[in-house]
Amino acid sequence: MARIIGAVASTHVPAIGKAIADHKENDPYWKPFFQGFDYVHQWLAREKPDVAVVFSNDHGLNFFLDKLPTFAVGAASEYRSEDEGWGIPVSKSLKGDPDLSWHIINSLVADEFDITMCQEMLVDHAVTIPMTLMWPNQAWPVKVVPVSINTVQHPLPSVARCYKLGQSIGRALDSYKKDLRVLIVGTGGLSHQLDGKRAGFINKEFDTLCLDKIVNDPQTLTGYSIRDIVEEAGAQGVELLNWVAARGALTGKVSEVHRNYHIPISNTAAATLVLDNKPSSRLKAA
Amino acid sequence: MFDGTQAQKGYALNSMCYSFNKAENRAAFLKDEGAYCRKYGLTAEQQAAVKSRSVLSMIEAGGNIYYLAKLAGIFGLNVQDIGAQQTDMSVNDFKHKLEVAGR
Repeated sequence: MARIIGAVASTHVPAIGKAIADHKENDPYWKPFFQGFDYVHQWLAREKPDVAVVFSNDHGLNFFLDKLPTFAVGAASEYRSEDEGWGIPVSKSLKGDPDLSWHIINSLVADEFDITMCQEMLVDHAVTIPMTLMWPNQAWPVKVVPVSINTVQHPLPSVARCYKLGQSIGRALDSYKKDLRVLIVGTGGLSHQLDGKRAGFINKEFDTLCLDKIVNDPQTLTGYSIRDIVEEAGAQGVELLNWVAARGALTGKVSEVHRNYHIPISNTAAATLVLDNKPSSRLKAA
Repeated sequence: MFDGTQAQKGYALNSMCYSFNKAENRAAFLKDEGAYCRKYGLTAEQQAAVKSRSVLSMIEAGGNIYYLAKLAGIFGLNVQDIGAQQTDMSVNDFKHKLEVAGR
């Protein structure tokens, strides 16, 4: 049976890709952020995931505003990235796991999530940056299943809906017959705003609250409206939805094993979180 | 918020910016900006906003920041540069403001 080992949640700011390409990891500006991944590398080396289910949002590479799904699940055998127009290096392509993708898709639709299925999907920095932060040489030891959540064009799905989406995917993974170690990844955030007179808005207090709640009390976050999140975390801070969905997919007993929070990376409050997931069945057996 | 009203209003402008994922389109824009804007059917307001390089004006004309960032990229501007422009600060002051938020 598949086993959900835990989650890594990470900021996906494009400038990180440029910093990696320019080997700036140890520069004073970048070091407090990059050193937060030392532990992540050790944890991944120990936990050895086979596949990663990645919750993120596209920024106008795969999807345009002509057809923009609220939720989309990749079902490709390979996911390429491409030029996004702002000069960050294009990452190596990622291998997919179509069998697992279709299992998740079938489970989601049976569970009344009317998602979009994508046999072709480009992945942008929201997928490739966290993957590169986890595996800097881009020799990915995992296959991926990308799950795309619309955080660009309102109306966005509610926090509660994203949490339920994650929970549904968690149940799908728990029922998957293959022996796979599954890593859940949530990307983006935390607080930031790029547009308008409020550009540069950051809210450390709210981010800290979100990080705490993601770990111990995710249900509480579902009480926030999208407008609340925009207000508290900034217009682009709504990427928190990816984190909430990722947390929903952790079906067992969850504990925080690592946290790094640093302001600023570009215009963003950067956060990295590692959560361990102990399967409930294993707990019962113990 | 970038809602249905803004998305309808900004469709032509955002379509053009989406095309900037491709290097040849960025080059075509630089070669003849006016012609490129007309090709995508930008409104007079959008054309004026693009010409002025004012991000606030482009947002007012329905531009979405993720797509506008692709246009800004053509001029070598990143989100800190356009953050500074929108808040009427120098880039250094804008960066300083962000650092202060972390204290």
